[in-house]
Amino acid sequence: MAEAEIKVAKKESSDPASQYRAAFRYMLLARTFEERTASLYRAGKIVGGVFMGKGQEAFSVGLALALDKEREDIYGPLIRDQAGRLAFGEQLIDAARTYLGSVKGPMRARDGNVHRGNIHDGMIPMISHLGSHISVVSGRLIGKRFNNKSNFVGGVCIGDGGTSTGAFHEALNQAAVEKLPLVVAVADNQFAYSTSTERQFACKDLVDRAIGYGFEGYSIDGTNLDVCLETFDKAVNRAREGHGPQLVIGHLLRLCGHGEHDDASYISDERKKQAFGGDCLQIAQQHLLDSGISNKIEISQWTSDIVKQVEDATSAAQREPGPDPFQETWQALSTSHLSEGNATT
Amino acid sequence: MSITYLEAIQAAQDKALEDNESVYIYGQDVGSFGGAFKATKNLAKKYPGRVIDAPISEDAMVGSAIGASAEGMRPVLEMQFADFSTVAINQIGNQAATQFWRTGVPCPITVRLPSGGTEGGGPFHSQSMEAIYAQYPGLIILTPGTVEDAYSMLLEAIEIDDPVIFCEHKYLYYHLKADRLPHKNLPVGKARIARAGKHATVVTYSAMLHEALLAADGLKEEGWDIEIVDLRSIKPIDTDTILASVARTGRLLCVSEAFPWGGVNAEVISRVTSEGFHLLDAPPQRLNAKDTPIPFHPDLWKTHRPTSQAIASSLRNLLRY
Repeated sequence: MAEAEIKVAKKESSDPASQYRAAFRYMLLARTFEERTASLYRAGKIVGGVFMGKGQEAFSVGLALALDKEREDIYGPLIRDQAGRLAFGEQLIDAARTYLGSVKGPMRARDGNVHRGNIHDGMIPMISHLGSHISVVSGRLIGKRFNNKSNFVGGVCIGDGGTSTGAFHEALNQAAVEKLPLVVAVADNQFAYSTSTERQFACKDLVDRAIGYGFEGYSIDGTNLDVCLETFDKAVNRAREGHGPQLVIGHLLRLCGHGEHDDASYISDERKKQAFGGDCLQIAQQHLLDSGISNKIEISQWTSDIVKQVEDATSAAQREPGPDPFQETWQALSTSHLSEGNATT
Repeated sequence: MSITYLEAIQAAQDKALEDNESVYIYGQDVGSFGGAFKATKNLAKKYPGRVIDAPISEDAMVGSAIGASAEGMRPVLEMQFADFSTVAINQIGNQAATQFWRTGVPCPITVRLPSGGTEGGGPFHSQSMEAIYAQYPGLIILTPGTVEDAYSMLLEAIEIDDPVIFCEHKYLYYHLKADRLPHKNLPVGKARIARAGKHATVVTYSAMLHEALLAADGLKEEGWDIEIVDLRSIKPIDTDTILASVARTGRLLCVSEAFPWGGVNAEVISRVTSEGFHLLDAPPQRLNAKDTPIPFHPDLWKTHRPTSQAIASSLRNLLRY
């Protein structure tokens, strides 16, 4: 499968051109899959909402590719990190299963869409309350430190809106106090649902907060894949080498609604022409062609492989069974004898 | 030798740290200072690196404990006062409590809540949070009312693979003493008949247990034998022991220090009327704190919470029915 080929490309070579090619294919896979889920959503086939990462795939994949599961790195994605999830190692079929309500998915249809994760595999299943997964990632790092492990890093994603929460503040402060190897990636995509950044924060650049928290900070063009790969590579290495937590702000624009239920009419075309308003996937594709790292024929082959992969995953997931309420245990505790069960009286 | 309720909590944490290297304690001032109430006295020195001061960040404290538990740790968190745990209610109710059901991966964390009123505590250092947390599926809520239970139930809480909210009562910290710590005790989930009787049942827990016992002593002189059920565990709640007691007495009064709307008393009465309506000779009654914030001045506070006199008065009314 193309998915596996991308992973091989990542492992076989760490030279920038190979990494760029692998990153681009994860971005393309994520975009193609999300566009497919969006059309399934419009067809009424999706349980719950669809939230896309259109426009922030480069930033998302940058962090995930810098992480290394073999070193027990931890990844805390958010709703717009399909590209990062795939690059970290998520199987496309599991993403399709969760959106389509298959009981075979990692959340067994008990939770849906972007809330999927795999705790044992190091990918945090986010809850909806923004910022609250950051300290959970920190806790994984604290636990590893207690267990005398070393060389691990945690990478966690948030948006500009999520930086306004108390949980974000508490978690960043805690990570700095504990000197954790944590990389916090903030996708400043200019909108939190419909609220623009002018109503979200009043500092000039969110990276200004790094010094206040005791983080090392980076403010980058989140639409430029090359810059994203290079910056996250550096930030993750700095964290791994013991330089403490890192804050990376990616400037970009959300090129879709908050979810597919939202037409994003509040985002003007003018915004898309301004700085950081471009489509990172198109920019990366142009770079592949201009630099000779790839060519039209190869990109066309990647595209058709990925389209097939997405069709295979979504059609397989649609044929799988949904949950059976009569087979459900309805038990929220792992300790069975202390579970009250489903008392209705 | 005598040991206080507070010393029992310190001793249980000492034993847990001693017995299991995965246990660590995290909370504000719990380190070399030994905690605001000294519940972690001497533990930081005895277990270097495992009793850690936290910033004033209840949300991040719980979030990090959830993460650490996935790495095999057994975190014990101290909220300086139960009241402050509302800052962490999202992590407790939405993150910790949902994790096992969502993912199949248990979340063994223990959150200690120094709970309940004391003289001069006021609105924000006196609250009883057990009913709020009991509303969330996926949590176990414990409310020890004796020195022995404070010790054995805290040890058991730390061993349980699910998130446990451990409501320890601040009023009992120094007031309650026992001769020794127990080797064996009733398990979590079982209520205890704290006093046998035949004329009416009082279902209660935590500090109110002792007010109820005082009330029962007074009524004994009037010829009434009051049975007292100490719930010990709010969730799960031991409905069988409650129903068996009501079957013996036919009359039920529920007493809780928490605010009146909903809550443990309402839950007990709901279960008894649904499952044991035929056992009742009188309408079941409840006694809670008043439906106002908890007052600062001792004269107001003593009237705000149920006292032995108020319990005795409610029982007399119930017995007259």
